[in-house]
Amino acid sequence: MPDTLQTPAGHVRLGSNSGQPMTRRDGIAKVTGTATYAADNRPDRLAHAVFASAGIARGRVVSLNVEAAKSHPEVIEVITPDNRPALHLDPDGKSHPFSWRIEALQDNTVRYAGQPIALVVAETLEAATEGARLLAPEYDTDPARIGFENGEAYDPPAVGIGGNPSFSKGDFDTGFSNSEHRIGASVDTPAQYHNAMEPHAIVAEWSGDHLTIDTPNQAIHLARGAFAGYFGIPPENVTLRSPFIGGGFGSKAILVGPQILAIMAARMVDRPVKLVLRRDQMFGPVQHRGATRQKLRIGTDGNGLIKALEHEATASTSSFDDFIEGAGNASLNMYASPAIVARHSAVRVDTGTPGPMRAPGEASGSAALEIAIDKAAEAVGMDPLEFRLRNYAETDPASGKPFSAKSLRECYELAAQKFGWSDRPLAPGQMRDENGMLVGWGMGSALFPAPMFAAQARATLRRDGTALVETSGADMGQGAWTALAQIAADGVGLPVDRIEFMSGTTDQPDAGVAGGSGHTASAGGALFEAGSNAVQKLADLATADPESPLFGAGNTGVEAREGRLFRADDESRSESYADILERAGLERIDAMGSGGRDPANTEARAMFSHGAVFAEVKIDPDLFQIRVSRLIGAFAAGRIINPHLAKSQLTGGMIWGIGFALHEEGIHDLRSGRPLNADLAGYHVPVNADAPHVEALLVDEDDPYVNALGIKGVGEIGITGSVGAIANAVWHATGKRISSYPIHIDALLS
Amino acid sequence: MTLSISLSVNGESLNVPLEDTRTTLLDLLREHIGLTGTKKGCDRGQCGACTVLLDGKRINACLTLAASVDGTDVTTIEGLAQGDTLHPVQAAFIEHDGFQCGYCTTGQIMSAVGLLSEGDAGADPERIREGMSGNICRCAAYPGITAAVLDAERRQSESEGTSV
Repeated sequence: MPDTLQTPAGHVRLGSNSGQPMTRRDGIAKVTGTATYAADNRPDRLAHAVFASAGIARGRVVSLNVEAAKSHPEVIEVITPDNRPALHLDPDGKSHPFSWRIEALQDNTVRYAGQPIALVVAETLEAATEGARLLAPEYDTDPARIGFENGEAYDPPAVGIGGNPSFSKGDFDTGFSNSEHRIGASVDTPAQYHNAMEPHAIVAEWSGDHLTIDTPNQAIHLARGAFAGYFGIPPENVTLRSPFIGGGFGSKAILVGPQILAIMAARMVDRPVKLVLRRDQMFGPVQHRGATRQKLRIGTDGNGLIKALEHEATASTSSFDDFIEGAGNASLNMYASPAIVARHSAVRVDTGTPGPMRAPGEASGSAALEIAIDKAAEAVGMDPLEFRLRNYAETDPASGKPFSAKSLRECYELAAQKFGWSDRPLAPGQMRDENGMLVGWGMGSALFPAPMFAAQARATLRRDGTALVETSGADMGQGAWTALAQIAADGVGLPVDRIEFMSGTTDQPDAGVAGGSGHTASAGGALFEAGSNAVQKLADLATADPESPLFGAGNTGVEAREGRLFRADDESRSESYADILERAGLERIDAMGSGGRDPANTEARAMFSHGAVFAEVKIDPDLFQIRVSRLIGAFAAGRIINPHLAKSQLTGGMIWGIGFALHEEGIHDLRSGRPLNADLAGYHVPVNADAPHVEALLVDEDDPYVNALGIKGVGEIGITGSVGAIANAVWHATGKRISSYPIHIDALLS
Repeated sequence: MTLSISLSVNGESLNVPLEDTRTTLLDLLREHIGLTGTKKGCDRGQCGACTVLLDGKRINACLTLAASVDGTDVTTIEGLAQGDTLHPVQAAFIEHDGFQCGYCTTGQIMSAVGLLSEGDAGADPERIREGMSGNICRCAAYPGITAAVLDAERRQSESEGTSV
């Protein structure tokens, strides 16, 4: 029964909607092709734009054959630094922590291969494409700086977005030198590219000084302000629509240069303009996960207790902006140790600027930490699971704070049991399958923070017994259309099929960022509170009305469910929302909500989702081809709103772990600086046959502190733990410790 | 000179002027005919998002020049359901959560319909995974996709009164 009348101060019981394994509310739209993604919009008088990409990584564009492009039939306009209109904000400025320095044709400088250097607008896509080719740029080329050895090293002031670049507690040097067992591990991770299936796309249309944009976006109101800023118009003059995002993974949260170019072009030609990036153009201006070079040292005593843990990480960023993978910080919150050190350095190279990519910092850091932990267990001669349990952190290792909730022990137990871990031989190279394949079993621990973002929502109870609930949520596949509607339905005390959920545009209240695995908690909290507030207004009406059966109950003496208010002390006395509104002569009653977290809890507790992943690999003993034959994880992430969709998020993340461990690698030519594999045939991501058995189990967890609804996130944690588990399984099959991802066949041959 | 081609799209006979011989079948469907359910993911046959049926066989619409499909019969995602009744593969994708963001989904579904009519995979999950591996899903909804195709295959076999 929902407890909806008061804004909940602590843990609340939700109603019959949350927790149900509903199928997706947007399912029919998505399986019939009627879900509208940005590039599907075709306004009247549409013109098509294609940008020309820099073919060098550093230098200057010295000539463009604009005349040739312009004389191609159906080309309308060619935009270059010579004729591009001025912007209200400097593209090389940073107006807030979520703004990146972008390329908007501000000058003829080339900072990385693939940078937009001109934009061609034409009547057709074909003509725009040909026009861009005809520009035939010539360059004044400087040597490209690619790779850790060739870049410019510096000490970054922050990692991630505002994260601490260094941490130290206890005395590492003494702890390490006094340790009975000491291990070191070096692990490199490559540049990785998000490669959402939907390429970045935008359809921009001006009407006077009002701008309408269709573009996939993970933070709609934040983007609205940013777009308005570049064009010097008030935010309310920007309408942004992003009802469906064809995958984001972090790459569609932050405004990028090509979006500005399309808007600029729409103004110049005074027509709607569509710009869709080609797949190869996704390897430059739209962010990536920066490469890392990590070194860990772990010291343990004779009983396998960690005495000292050090994690150093160097990460690559661009020559002109800063986003540093906070990989070393992955060691701060997982394993207990009296001494912990994390340090970061950075190297500038001639690529596009990195950005957040699914589990930024945590994914790369966990991939290295879990190898080091396995080596430490091996040094002690202990089973890897027993070693992790021996060093289980009862409180947050970095801060000493208690966890808001931590059910990692249950995750280990459930996943290990399902996997059959207890049959694992300790030594490597002991198992073969019926086909003679080398078999190895490995594991990793998973962890991800539980952030929340400011969010707002509105709930409107209507006289026909339905409700309208609104927030500018972003569905990039995680299931916001469904999970947020379930939470909203509980907020207003109605079945989910009686609510109308409007989302995905700037017409709704700001739902904050769909990122950091915090969207369901943030936007969901706002929706629930808005619903609760609307119901409370209704209860105020009824309990003060002598004609209502609820008269005199006092608004805390009333409960809401199925569209009726009931007296708490007398179930027989109730009244429907519709009747209360009708007698009051109201068509509707509405309220806002903002959710949020109790600041006292933020101060007092460490808040994380946890998990454990177990991997089985099978490796050809002659060819060393590696297959992940089983990947089983168990995760505890607070209240699960929709287990059907949460499992999909988790298995999706785990399969990203397969990609990280075995496939994904952006390779830049050391001489030219150009990406060598800028397509999906060269940049490998997992396909169906790469993931024959991937299973996510859910561990019930009641977190009374994380937020009023007890919700953490499941979007990113799946990749953490999984990468290391696969690497450790490869060791268990072959006896070879790897030192770089992805794991190539040649690493096993040497 | 403007060419024109005649083709059947989802059972409807169309005569389409082809102003540009460079136009692909994918861009013809999306930008000229207005059927935007078929998606462009890579435009070079590497991802499968643009999968449609050409004379009943699954193909990548991005690798097919529009000029080459004169006289053919094209089925896109828009032609799969019968009114409000979903095709069994579509229904199975919803039931088994065979998608997340939905962008590759129409291609996955057309590919699955093509795979089932090829009849080579039967009810073998490994062959289904292999047969569906030309369709990339970056959300990695693969467990659901495989379960959906298996389920649709089973329903199809049952309704045909045969077992594979």
